[in-house]
Amino acid sequence: MSIDTSKVATSNSSAATAKKPGKAGAVANWADERLGLGTAMKKNLRKVFPDHWSFMLGEIALWSFVVLLLTGVFLTLWYHPSMAEVVYEGSYDPLRGVLMSDAMASTVHISFDVRGGLLMRQMHHWAAMIFIASMMVHLLRVYFTGAYRKPRELNWVIGSLLLLLGTLEGFTGYSLPDDLLSGTGVRAADGFMKSMPVVGSYMSFFLFGGEFPGEQIIPRLYTVHVLLIPGILLALIGAHMLLLVYHKHTQWPGPGRTEENVVGFPMLPVYAAKAGGFFFIVFGVTALMGGLLGINPIWKYGPYDPTKVTAGSQPDWYMGWPDGALRIMPGWEFHFFGYSFALNVFLPIIVLPGLMFTILLLLPFLESWITGDKREHHLLERPRNAPTRTALMVSLMTFYGLMWAAGGNDLIAIKLNLSINQITYFMRVAVFVGPAIAFWITRRWCISLQRHDQEKLLHGYETGVILRSPEGGYTERHLPISESAAYTLTARDRDEVYSPDAETDASGVDAPGGRLNGLRAKLSELWFADNVQKPTAEELEEARHHAEHEHELTASLDGHAADGHQFDGHHAVEGETLRGS
Amino acid sequence: MSNELPGHGGSNLPAEEPIPNPGLPEHTWRPTDIDEAAEKRAERQIAAMYLLSMVCVVLFVITYFVADVGDNWNTILGLGASTVGLGVFLGLALLLIGAGTIQWARKLMSDVEMVEMRHPARSSDEDREATLAALSAGGEDSGIARRPLVRNTLLASLGLLGAPAVVLLRDLGPTPSQAAEADYPGAGLEKTVWTPGMRVVRDVVGTPIKASDLEIGDLVNAEPEAIFPTEENGYPELHGAELLIAKSKAAVIVVRMEPESIIPGENRDNWSVDGIVCYSKICTHVGCPISLYERTTHHVLCPCHQSTFDLADSGRVVFGPAGRHLPQLPLAVDEEGYLVAQSDFTEPVGPTYWERDHKDIGDQGEADL
Repeated sequence: MSIDTSKVATSNSSAATAKKPGKAGAVANWADERLGLGTAMKKNLRKVFPDHWSFMLGEIALWSFVVLLLTGVFLTLWYHPSMAEVVYEGSYDPLRGVLMSDAMASTVHISFDVRGGLLMRQMHHWAAMIFIASMMVHLLRVYFTGAYRKPRELNWVIGSLLLLLGTLEGFTGYSLPDDLLSGTGVRAADGFMKSMPVVGSYMSFFLFGGEFPGEQIIPRLYTVHVLLIPGILLALIGAHMLLLVYHKHTQWPGPGRTEENVVGFPMLPVYAAKAGGFFFIVFGVTALMGGLLGINPIWKYGPYDPTKVTAGSQPDWYMGWPDGALRIMPGWEFHFFGYSFALNVFLPIIVLPGLMFTILLLLPFLESWITGDKREHHLLERPRNAPTRTALMVSLMTFYGLMWAAGGNDLIAIKLNLSINQITYFMRVAVFVGPAIAFWITRRWCISLQRHDQEKLLHGYETGVILRSPEGGYTERHLPISESAAYTLTARDRDEVYSPDAETDASGVDAPGGRLNGLRAKLSELWFADNVQKPTAEELEEARHHAEHEHELTASLDGHAADGHQFDGHHAVEGETLRGS
Repeated sequence: MSNELPGHGGSNLPAEEPIPNPGLPEHTWRPTDIDEAAEKRAERQIAAMYLLSMVCVVLFVITYFVADVGDNWNTILGLGASTVGLGVFLGLALLLIGAGTIQWARKLMSDVEMVEMRHPARSSDEDREATLAALSAGGEDSGIARRPLVRNTLLASLGLLGAPAVVLLRDLGPTPSQAAEADYPGAGLEKTVWTPGMRVVRDVVGTPIKASDLEIGDLVNAEPEAIFPTEENGYPELHGAELLIAKSKAAVIVVRMEPESIIPGENRDNWSVDGIVCYSKICTHVGCPISLYERTTHHVLCPCHQSTFDLADSGRVVFGPAGRHLPQLPLAVDEEGYLVAQSDFTEPVGPTYWERDHKDIGDQGEADL
């Protein structure tokens, strides 16, 4: 299609024209003479960012954090972090005259007597959920595309810390209203702390300023929630973004895209507009959710009372999976020499989350140690092209999901009319077996997708056109994929199994670390086992030659009616009749 | 097709690219680039979105002053008109700015892809050498390597600064044993406000429970009378933290069952009154109040993590993650026929902690009335 570009509008000219210095120029000069902004900004203003929908996930996390800061500051103007006993006298009738903590009373006051207060509370809670959920999805995107490989391992570590801190921030935040539901959560947290060997009861007494619940916990959680954790979060987010700019963003392979370049649009104006506009989208969606979807109606739960609880008590969803572990853990508690050790609490709620988080932190280092790959990677990998990596995360996700489901065993029992005992017994086995099955299925699935890609590359895509030979045999017609699609499929590394260079020296003595290297070689072999490698030039040539031969056999059909192009969705069909004259 | 292709197995064959990089695809023009009408249309769309956003802000301000909060808190979707109105107009105002700006970027800003070269994350060799030279020059100047005494004492003194940071936190709270000596009733992990002869009263209202008023199958959420001080009973006033601490340990459940269905624990033959038994309401797992009672099985279930205890059998765990039976409160009746405690619990209530000296049911001795 030819286009008359003589009339190309001004919109697509990237040439900037020099303007004579005006007022803005004077201000810029003033600033530059003091800050040296010119040098700092000359490279970064037009910094190139690649485009892909999945690169937006981390942006959701970033912007929801900004929404959290804005709505959070609003809430602090009315919230009282105090456990002083007060009588509620506000607008909400059912609670009028009820004794509660000042924290609870001020939260109800924000909800019913401050205009926009409930909106801000609900926006804050929804934004918190979006913050954590988008961090998780962003983490999965980074993992599944291999974006955490060298040189980005440390940014992975920072991101994991952000997820951990975000979770703690969520927990401290939803405990602040001091309502019945959150108080029950704090009560359980007290039990968690007490389960720690030797120091447990001291930890609890120091945190609560004496016996549970005391009158210190709310003010202390408040300081942690509005000062300590947000401060660390801000610093880490800053470091995360700086590293992103320094490394330059990863990109998907494709024509013109290499390990050495980054192809995309400039920060100014395109990404400034897109990302800036996206902030308003995230903010706007949060506002709509806060205005239309009720969340955490603390006035329905009532103030915290250690003698009361509601059935179906559940933490916020991101705290659900350790809660599930706690539910399905057998009641193993040990008593010896006048001491008690509650392994039934300590293992699932203190050890397991710590262990899982450590595994998460170590994933990039584990992979590069096994594969021996110390190169820089800036091109993303499709999940199918790293079957073991993909399967590992799917197996961890399965573990997470099953634990999460176990955290809702009471709700599952009620909704599906099942026995809670049987669900619990099932889950005790499933959390071990499920991840193993998921690992195996995912790995094989990835490998068959690789084989499918190889098939497309070597033999072309399936047109869906079935040909009958004169002998009566049926074959499906394959047509070659486009050159750029073929290039994109081959734009990936060949897997290299790690082999120890010098496992034994000349006299046959194991070199230091020899045994470890042996294990590493073994793991590396397993890591890549059965992966499909991209074809060599000869193989591709041979396959194409073979395909051409096949085409010759069916060449008489070309140009005739129903030669297959009409139906394959890859060709324009205007002006073609199904049955030619 | 073989999977054993060159390159696999760590061979040294050069990784030959089967298909050369075809280079960046040609740029294609958008309708807004070549059609002035389309460009003007896009401009109008974007400006319209910004204008609509302004309208929404005006509506937001009107809603703020017109819609009520307080009494009419559940008029729309269970939320107040003010909350819904403010949320919708704020949301739309923001969304329209966002959508307009993104539309501007997509339709009118240049969509010609630019290429920027990457640089390796590591610094150049010259930079490294310069840095190392600077470091060693600085180190040499300070003499940190030549003066181990200065260096080591500095490191030690810096390390010791951790001590003030830790010590300063000591006053965060009393130790468990200090708390046990505090002067509020039932202080410490091992005690509650229950005392011999204290009446068992209904929670919320605080009325005493006559043994004869309970039917078989009844469950009463109860508390010690000390939680409800009156001039008549003479218990000291409890407020704030002291009240919550007292409640968090002393809450009980009272149930009545057929006396013959009770399997009395060792040394606990006289802890029930006509089939009425009383247990701590605080789960021995992580401390949630237990509340779901099944009268046919005498089982009680904790709603937090589903630990299940058998109230006919000394509160033993029959299911779930709890590791210990529920502490039982020995019951008696006073001269007026009301339920009273024979003593405090004979073991600490609530979740397990390290210093807890566990005694099995038979080893806890008799209640001391």
